[in-house]
Amino acid sequence: MMSIEVTIENILYFGAISLSLIGLFGMMMLQNVFRILLSLVLLEAGANLLLVLSGVRIGGVAPIITEGMSAGVVMNDPVPQALVLTAIVIGVGIQALALALIFRVKRNYGTLDLRKIREKLEKDIAVSNEVSAPGSYQAPEKLTESTGANQ
Amino acid sequence: MIWVVALIVCIMLVAAVMVLFVPNMIAAVVATSVVSLALTAIFAIVKAPDVAMTEAAIGAGLGSLILALGLKRLGFNQTGGSQGEEND
Repeated sequence: MMSIEVTIENILYFGAISLSLIGLFGMMMLQNVFRILLSLVLLEAGANLLLVLSGVRIGGVAPIITEGMSAGVVMNDPVPQALVLTAIVIGVGIQALALALIFRVKRNYGTLDLRKIREKLEKDIAVSNEVSAPGSYQAPEKLTESTGANQ
Repeated sequence: MIWVVALIVCIMLVAAVMVLFVPNMIAAVVATSVVSLALTAIFAIVKAPDVAMTEAAIGAGLGSLILALGLKRLGFNQTGGSQGEEND
């Protein structure tokens, strides 16, 4: 029977994958728009950690050349670190952009609940297309009465 | 060493679950900051000091500042509730 060895790298990989999965779960299942943004932050953090871990070598040192360093010393891969350095900054930009979009949603619809936003959005689309609103996707029992009530 | 890493990963995962399910919104933002700080410690442990510096300054500092100011502008009352059930 194959068993997974408990080393520092395996614990860190477990943490990175778990963090990504927690963020993905939050983005899929939660209903508050602001909390979905927080889940996006978690997903970004997990992806960054996974990228940095892909460049880690056993017994490696930081990829910085100092004066007394011998030639054959093992370094971590600096390319994923540079990539993650950029990705962190871009992640903060994405947070700011998403927050601006949430401000607009709050101003237009007056709520942050995803289901209420979807209901109002479908109502707006139906009014602009001059057809009856089909009702919310997440409340199928209301489908018949809403279609029967409208016109 | 391995116990330090395991403890930091445990703190990070508990804070991540707390982000999703704590009812208070400002506590969720603080938990996001805790996740970023644990991530900073992990980056320092795996010998990536430049990434750790950037994550501490921009990910934990500026990101949490942006989220907290945005939450202040959105209003604490409207964003309360564990899943946004009791809004409005």
